[in-house]
Order: sequence, then C-alpha cells, then structure tokens
Amino acid sequence: MDAGGQLARKSVEYAKAADGPSILLTRAPEGVIARRLLRPVFQGGPGWKLAFLITLGGSTVCWLAILYTIATGIGTWGNNIPVAWAYAITNFVWWIGIGHAGTFISAILLILEQNWRNSINRFAEAMTLFAIMQAGIFPVLHLGRPWYAYWIFPYPSTMRVWPNYRSALPWDAAAISTYFTVSLIFWYLGLVPDLAVARDNAPTVAKRRIYGIFALGWRGSAKAWRHYQIAYLILGALATPLVLSVHSAVSLDFAIAQLPGWHSTIFPPYFVSGAIYSGFALVLTLMIPARRIFQLHDIVTTRHLEAMGKLVLVTGSIVYYTYGVEMFIAWYSGSEFEIGLVEQRLTGPYAWSTWMVYGLNFLCPNLMWFKRVRTSAVWMFVISILINIAMWLERFWLIVTSLNRDFLPSSWHIYKPTYVDGAIILGTLFFFMFLFLLFLRFVPFIPITETNELRHMMAKEEARLERERDERRTAG
Amino acid sequence: MNAGLLAEYESPEALVEAARAMRRAGFTVMDAFTPFAIGEVYEILEIPRSRVPIYCLGAGVLGGGYAYLIQFWMNGFDYALNVGGKPLGSVPAFIPPTFEGTVLLASLTAFFSALAFSGLPQISAPVFTVDGFDRASVDRFFLGLEATDPRFDPDLAIRVMHEAGALRVTGVPSAIRETLPA
Repeated sequence: MDAGGQLARKSVEYAKAADGPSILLTRAPEGVIARRLLRPVFQGGPGWKLAFLITLGGSTVCWLAILYTIATGIGTWGNNIPVAWAYAITNFVWWIGIGHAGTFISAILLILEQNWRNSINRFAEAMTLFAIMQAGIFPVLHLGRPWYAYWIFPYPSTMRVWPNYRSALPWDAAAISTYFTVSLIFWYLGLVPDLAVARDNAPTVAKRRIYGIFALGWRGSAKAWRHYQIAYLILGALATPLVLSVHSAVSLDFAIAQLPGWHSTIFPPYFVSGAIYSGFALVLTLMIPARRIFQLHDIVTTRHLEAMGKLVLVTGSIVYYTYGVEMFIAWYSGSEFEIGLVEQRLTGPYAWSTWMVYGLNFLCPNLMWFKRVRTSAVWMFVISILINIAMWLERFWLIVTSLNRDFLPSSWHIYKPTYVDGAIILGTLFFFMFLFLLFLRFVPFIPITETNELRHMMAKEEARLERERDERRTAG
Repeated sequence: MNAGLLAEYESPEALVEAARAMRRAGFTVMDAFTPFAIGEVYEILEIPRSRVPIYCLGAGVLGGGYAYLIQFWMNGFDYALNVGGKPLGSVPAFIPPTFEGTVLLASLTAFFSALAFSGLPQISAPVFTVDGFDRASVDRFFLGLEATDPRFDPDLAIRVMHEAGALRVTGVPSAIRETLPA
C-alpha cells in the first residue's frame, strides 16, 4: 500500500480509537509543516504541467465559443421565446451557487468557531472566487449585446437615465459584485501571513521578492495581529449575511416573475440551501484528489470529510423539503396553472430531468446517514460528482420546465441546446480548473499559519491532559 | 519597530514570560513578532484595542445610507419611474442594494484600515535585516524593544532577555550589533 493509502487508513483508525477523528493528525515541528505545505508552491506537484495544458486547451474552447457568440449574436444558442433563459441562466445559477460553500466555510464556520474549517477554508474560498468568475460570464453574454453590460450599474450617463431599482436584476448586479469583492479581500487578508511564510522560505531571490511584495511586508507584529484578527472577524461577520443574500437575490430574479413554478416565497431559502449543498459537493470533488496527490491525510482528515458530509445531508434535506412544499403549494393553491405545471414536470417532455433531480438529490444526501459512506473518500468523491450533476440538472429543470409551457398553449415550445451552448459550459469547467491549478501552484492552499497555530494549541492541550493523567496516577 | 533590540524565543510561552519580565524591569515600548496571534501578549505589552471596528461601523452606516439615498434620488426624483402606481420611494425594493452597500463599504474599510493601522504595506523594514528573522513567520517568537523606550538601557535589556530564555539577542538594524555589548 502506498503512503497515501496508509495515511488514509491511519486516519480512519485514529478516528475509531479516539472516539471521533482529530482535525489535525500531524505533530511535526512547525518548520516541517510549513515546508511541506509550501512544497506544491515551490516544486509543483506530479502531472501539473499536463493538467495545466489540458485545462488551457479546454479554456480556449470556451473563449472561441464566446467569441463566436459575441461576433454572431445569441442566435447561436438554443434559447428562444418562450425558453429565453435556458443554458445561460442555468450555468449562471449553478456556478454562483457553487461559490457559496467557500464563503460558508470561511465566514459562517469562522464565527461559529468551528476549528476544522481552518485547513480547508483557503481552498474553498479560492473555489468561490473562480466560480463567481465563471458565473459572471453568463448573464453578460446573455444580454445579447454584452458591450452594454455596464448599463446595469448606476453611473452618470449623458442619456440621463438610471437603472430601475424596483427590478431584481440591478439587485443581482449589486449582490454579485459585492460578493466577489468581499470574497476577494477576505481571501487575501487570510493569505497575507502565509505569503509572508512563503517569502521567508523562498528558494530563490526572485521568488522571495515576488512573495514579499504580495505579503505587503507582513512581519507578524503584535500590533498588526491585533488589527488583523478583528478585521478578519468583522469580514466574517459581514460575509455571513452576504452569503445568504446573494443567492436570495438570484432567486428573486425567479420569484418576482408570475410564472408557475417560479412565483413562490420559498425561493430564497431554497436557493441558498441548494447553493451550499452543491458548493460543499464541489469542495469535496476538488479536495479529495488534492489531498491524495499532495499526501495531506494528516491535515485534511476523515473528520473534515465527515463534517462536510453532514452539512451536505442538512442542506440536501432542506432542498428536498422544498420539492415537497412546491408540490403541496401547487395543490393547495388550487391554481390550474400551478397544478398543470407539476403534472407536466412529472409526465411532460422534460420528465426525465424531474426524475433524475428527485432521484439523485434524494439518494446522494441520504447516503450520508451512513458513517461508512461519510468516512470513505471514494464514496464521497463519487457522490460529490453526482450531486453537482444533479444540481446543474435541477437549475435546468427549474428554468426549462417552467418556461417551455407557460399560460398559452399556442406558445409552447421544446428547448434544445446547440453545440455552442455545450462548448461554453464545458469550456467554463476547464477554465475553472485552469484557474484552480494556478492557485494550487502559486498560493499556499492549506493555511500554514492556522495549521501551525492549531498544532500548537492541540499539542499544548495534549501535554496538559498527559500531565493531569500523570498526577492522577501518582495520587492514586 | 525601527531601531532597538530583538530577542528570539522558542515558544509562545517563553515569549509571554519574557514580555512579563521586561515589563517588570520597567520597559514599555515593545512589540512582539510571532507566526500566529498570541492574545496574552496584547495585555502585557499594553497594545490598545483596535480601532478597526468603529471605522467599519461608520463605513457601514455611510455605505448603506448612501446606497439607499442614491436609489431614492435616482428612481424617485432624477429619473422618476412610476411602476404599477407604487410610491416613488419604494422602501422595500431599495433594501437589497442598501444591504450590499453597507457590507461593501464596511468590508473594504475593515481590510484597508487593518492594513493602514498596522503600517502596511511596508515591503522593507529594519527587522528584516536581522539574522534568523525569517523564522518569525514559522516557528520563532521575537520580542522587540524600541530604542525610543524612555528607559532604554541595552545592558539591562539584554540581561533580562537572556534570563527569560532568549536564544539570542540582536540589534536592529543588525548593523548596530557590533556597538552593543555581548
């Protein structure tokens, strides 16, 4: 068995023996931990160049498809009246939703003092930033004339018109641009002490200078730490309602419409929980291979997998509850359009998507009831991918089934995507991975400072317990 | 810190003890350089509470107020839009951007004020010339005594620092080391 497999098994054994796994298994000296976590940054990982080239190639497909769309117009896409949103908004909601787990981990779990977040928060925050970048592409392209995208922002124009703030779309623009900015500074502020570690351990002068510039001259002075800690906490407290607000604003794009299947007050919590659900799934999809490649089983332990599995279960259950409420309200409202929508979702031309969404989103989170599944990296990896497929399908289903058969049967229309639609979504996946690989290569992706602090705290606590045990033994 | 003495310790506990000893010896203008934050040090070195929160509060109120008023002015006066006969100042509709404005300005203030109060960015600093200071970000804990301390006395300070278990004491910037007694 290779070292990674041994460590993984050791992690599970430790969990069994200690009645609950530890969030950090290594007790190596700080310098050793720091050098280990910096190795991917200064030496790279196996197969990085190949992966880099593949994702770069895939991103090029994305850029070509976007270029073609802009040059020709969105007639290259499959959407048309009545299904005007289709892939573009599906992809937008999917990507923006994925971003939520990052902020959830970094902000909400920070103010709830969940220490286990410390080893995965940077990873998840980077995922957030890159996911928002992908998400931003879609509404802009969907405008048809993307060069007018800036009209959504209130700037003093010679036309003397302003955006209409009674519409959900400017809310969306405000929410997402704020979200990106706050996520970025939160991520960067957390990164500053680690950039200083990279600067101080850089193998070459050039690297020391580059990391030195980005570390802003951080030297860990007590005065700086005092400002830093409170600023980080405040950013966490501010980002907490922000996470909940962003997908709520996105859901209002839907809920404000009168369309059956969209016109519902449950949308904000439904979207937020769905977002965190799919986001955690993507964190797992990215973290499990990274943990294996870089042999980090003693820093990202079984405990992390379990904790995320439980959160997937909770948020997945809220999503499923919403499916139930939607059906109940359709029946309870007595509106023939609402009832008709539920019927055609279950039996209509897109029934396959309904059953896949209901099936996968029931199965995946509920498997998390089993400890064997929660503690198994392989199971979690497979489930996380299924969840992401299911959640993409859910947004597709939500948009297309509501739009393709609205109030007037004469305007009913079956939606079919074109190859350009497919190229763009596939391309953004590559582009996302491309950005993520750059992140893994150039930024310490496991927080070194926080890992060392955690190590110190745990070692101190263990020493104290040991002392007490000795005292009891001598007394007894 | 600009000039003075820098003592190196092996653990946060040793640093805290040294800081206490230095306080007892009458030194006041000190700073610590550590890989992670150590709460006890704040009290011993009498580092004042951060002003970041109050600035953030102010910025949040300002950002929210600005976002609300500008919407009110844009959609109610400068380019009045009558949507479904609703009042021009439609309070509920203006809430989401107001919230975003609050969060945005408060967050930016938290980030930039924390950096500014810490005197960052400052890429080059005298302490970086000290041998072994590169471990201050990983596994060494430094206590610095400023030369501006009213009771600055290198001989006494070096003795106290060593008694508290310093691995070594260096002058800052390191060029002045030769002028100091060993």
